Amino acid sequence: MPVQVRGEVVSVRRAGQYHVLTVTAPGVPEITKPGNFATLAIGDLDSSGLILRRAFSIHGVQSRGIYGGTIDVVIADAGPGTHWLTQRRRGDVLDIVAPLGRPFALPRDPVSCLLVGGGYGAAPLVFLAEHLRERGCRVDILLGASTEEKLFGVLEAKRIASTVTITTDDGSLGETGLVTDQLRAAIDRAATDVIYACGPMGMLAAVSQIASEAGVYSQCAVEESMACGIGVCMTCVLPVIGDDGITRMLRSCVEGPIFRGDRVRWDDVGTIPPDALGAPVVEGRDR
Amino acid sequence: MSRAVVRRSGSDASPPPIDMSTRLGSVGLPSPVLTASGCAASGRELDQFFDITSIGAVVTKSIMLEPRSGRATPRMAETPSGMLNSIGLQGPGIHAFLEKDLAWLRERGARVIVSIAGGTTQEFEEIAKILRDHGGFDALEVNISCPNVADRGQVFACRADTAAAVIGGVRRSTDPSIPVFAKLSPDVTDIGTIALACVRAGADGLSLINTTLGMVIDVDTMRPALAGVTGGLSGPAIRPIAVRCVWQVRDVLPEIPLIGMGGIRNGSDAFEFILAGADAVSVGTVTFHDPSAPARVQAELATIAAERGFTSLRDAVSYAHRDPDAEPEGDPDDIALPEWV
Repeated sequence: MPVQVRGEVVSVRRAGQYHVLTVTAPGVPEITKPGNFATLAIGDLDSSGLILRRAFSIHGVQSRGIYGGTIDVVIADAGPGTHWLTQRRRGDVLDIVAPLGRPFALPRDPVSCLLVGGGYGAAPLVFLAEHLRERGCRVDILLGASTEEKLFGVLEAKRIASTVTITTDDGSLGETGLVTDQLRAAIDRAATDVIYACGPMGMLAAVSQIASEAGVYSQCAVEESMACGIGVCMTCVLPVIGDDGITRMLRSCVEGPIFRGDRVRWDDVGTIPPDALGAPVVEGRDR
Repeated sequence: MSRAVVRRSGSDASPPPIDMSTRLGSVGLPSPVLTASGCAASGRELDQFFDITSIGAVVTKSIMLEPRSGRATPRMAETPSGMLNSIGLQGPGIHAFLEKDLAWLRERGARVIVSIAGGTTQEFEEIAKILRDHGGFDALEVNISCPNVADRGQVFACRADTAAAVIGGVRRSTDPSIPVFAKLSPDVTDIGTIALACVRAGADGLSLINTTLGMVIDVDTMRPALAGVTGGLSGPAIRPIAVRCVWQVRDVLPEIPLIGMGGIRNGSDAFEFILAGADAVSVGTVTFHDPSAPARVQAELATIAAERGFTSLRDAVSYAHRDPDAEPEGDPDDIALPEWV
């Protein structure tokens, strides 16, 4: 169950094109699992015109230490809200709600796991890898971005994974091309049983397809724009096929952000498929 | 109406206790602070952050007859001090709502105002009848800001005759002991006319206001930001419009119960609506900023009203409408004078 707490900024440090924010979050580390996310308010409403919280997948937690419990999130400076967060300094107070969302499902047996991250989508993967390693799983990591500066977590990945494969679109680091170009070979090399992926929707769609073709189970962490993060606003929906075969518009904040790759209708994201539960009648009664 | 004694600002005495109870027609509530429809789902998620039985009532997300997928995404765009949404009334349909959501709310012990929506007058009536046969809620709020299938998708709330037809139908289909509130759109030439039409058609009260229609164009894609093109604007940006609507309707209808809403962030904002004539207030979009906002606003509202000398919040309702020449009672020493006096 999520909690709303006031935390103090411990540090904001640069990591390539991103910022890693460490903030105290009393009570949060103990109940956070890999794949959970946190939302942060952008100032208070007396001074800020940005009313919506920003959501970040939790990069790591420390339950003890000189600051008590802290969480780390990775911020891409992509607009006024995230920019404000990157300008925080030690001691600044933030309003935090965490942990949110369903975490990655972890295998019971020590299977071979391939973790795929696109850009700052790599944020939760090392945290996940730690938990998988504790269960005796083999962990391989595949990280990609458009350019070296936009990769995240390469060093940490190398510390924990059996192998790390890097791709960049421009060839500035690792192989030239997309992560998905390397995926099939990586699956074969590690005899992968499960793929965990986090990154842009296009990457997740391609990863899911390749995983299905290879007969590998995949779990994808989606990034949908959301207003509340707690399941009330209905803005972050996407079409997902249920156990009963029926497609529903599910909230990525509470029914996700982790979905089975073979259950998301990737090609239909951004639409209401006509066969979805409660889809509008074709005549267009909504104008 | 009793008069307030304005306390000298800076007094360090804690405010005296205040009676926060209010009435919405035949229903009494211990507090005037409610959730706003569509900003609280059916209460379950917010109950993780504050005790939903501690506020006046939960106003549930508008429910329709059948399950409904809503509109395509993107459904939301952030705007200065607000947001634009085009959800399209996604929901499970009335039967699943009764079985899962309303059942949970009753079990939890929350007071409930059920918001209903429809594409035709008949759909509204049908939902009202299903609810009448089921029971287990305190009041109805009728969301007439949804497209009327029979009128090229124009919303019911934009015309007095279509608004009155829905309200009349719902009133006739509802147990007489259950108050029916009509939720009005600000996007009309004269909100007083629509308010009067709804009351004449049988509305026991009015909820003011729904979102106001807006649009955002993404300058990178150079297309509308929302898949639905236009959306409803909410949040602090629309608060002055909402306060104006409450004020105007209160002038036209001095006795009718009003629920005020639109951009309430804190107790001070809520108090503004009370002073303008609202008997209760709904806290909406700010819940996305602060999931415990309804409970916080309730506590802040009690403090603010008590600090101004009110012992019952009901005495503050419409207080801003008082005769400007009236002198406050009490010891003139208690009046906060400007520093230069």
